[in-house]
Amino acid sequence: MITMNDFLIVSAALFCIGLFMLVSKRNAIQILIGIELMLNAAILNLVAFGKFDRFANGGQMFALFAIVLAAATTAVALAIILNVYRRYKTIDPAKVDKLRD
Amino acid sequence: MNIAQILFYLMSFITLTSAIFVASTKNLVRSVFMFFITLLGLAGLYVLSLADFVAITQVVIYVGGILVLILFAFMLSGKETLDAIQKQKNQFISANKAASVILAVLFFVVLILMIFKVDVNNLVWIKKAIGQNSDIKLNSNMTDNIGINLMTRYLLPFEAISILLMMALVGAAHLSRKEQRQ
Repeated sequence: MITMNDFLIVSAALFCIGLFMLVSKRNAIQILIGIELMLNAAILNLVAFGKFDRFANGGQMFALFAIVLAAATTAVALAIILNVYRRYKTIDPAKVDKLRD
Repeated sequence: MNIAQILFYLMSFITLTSAIFVASTKNLVRSVFMFFITLLGLAGLYVLSLADFVAITQVVIYVGGILVLILFAFMLSGKETLDAIQKQKNQFISANKAASVILAVLFFVVLILMIFKVDVNNLVWIKKAIGQNSDIKLNSNMTDNIGINLMTRYLLPFEAISILLMMALVGAAHLSRKEQRQ
């Protein structure tokens, strides 16, 4: 029998790896991957708790919504990253520090 | 130890090791490809948590859509910058990296302590759900139920998310068009 604790521990580990990527990377795309990892950890929690809801399906349903939201976020974020690259010729977030020109 | 448990440990091992590889490798393109493995392992974990529809959606949207998008942006954002970033990483990141490892490990310890303190298996509502026989069984067919719920109980979030998707589509197209010179 797989208990809830196992799922939560895996999810916590994934979240912390995502947090590590978010803090330490100097490349906007890798930071985006870190955010995706954290989102996936949250979705894993939703799905794991959704196991106890057979009729309303709250957990699985909002896991689906979160996946769709992640897709929308990624599309917009990548468009922004490409724009930043076109203007600054770099995608290091530490170097993108001007509001205008 | 039954086969589901063995599969669970296998899947979580694959997921976590590939995630650590993604976070630690110097080769950026390889890290994106390794992220594929993480997402597929997560889909396996969803199946083991009896959510097959979510697992299929994960494979279709994440692996088919988001990763291709990320790779696409990767290839478009010039090779020189990537090399420059990689070179500069070797010199002075180490102090920064140690600090972020410490941050992540401390946060992990906090999360683990909280998980064991909450004692998830004995939560009141979970006990009640098992008592009322409303947890998902191994042979229950969830996909029909998800479809019906999507059109009745969760119709408002469904519509909201469809509008948001359209806004994101328009916004992304607007952001990435060529700029006109005035």
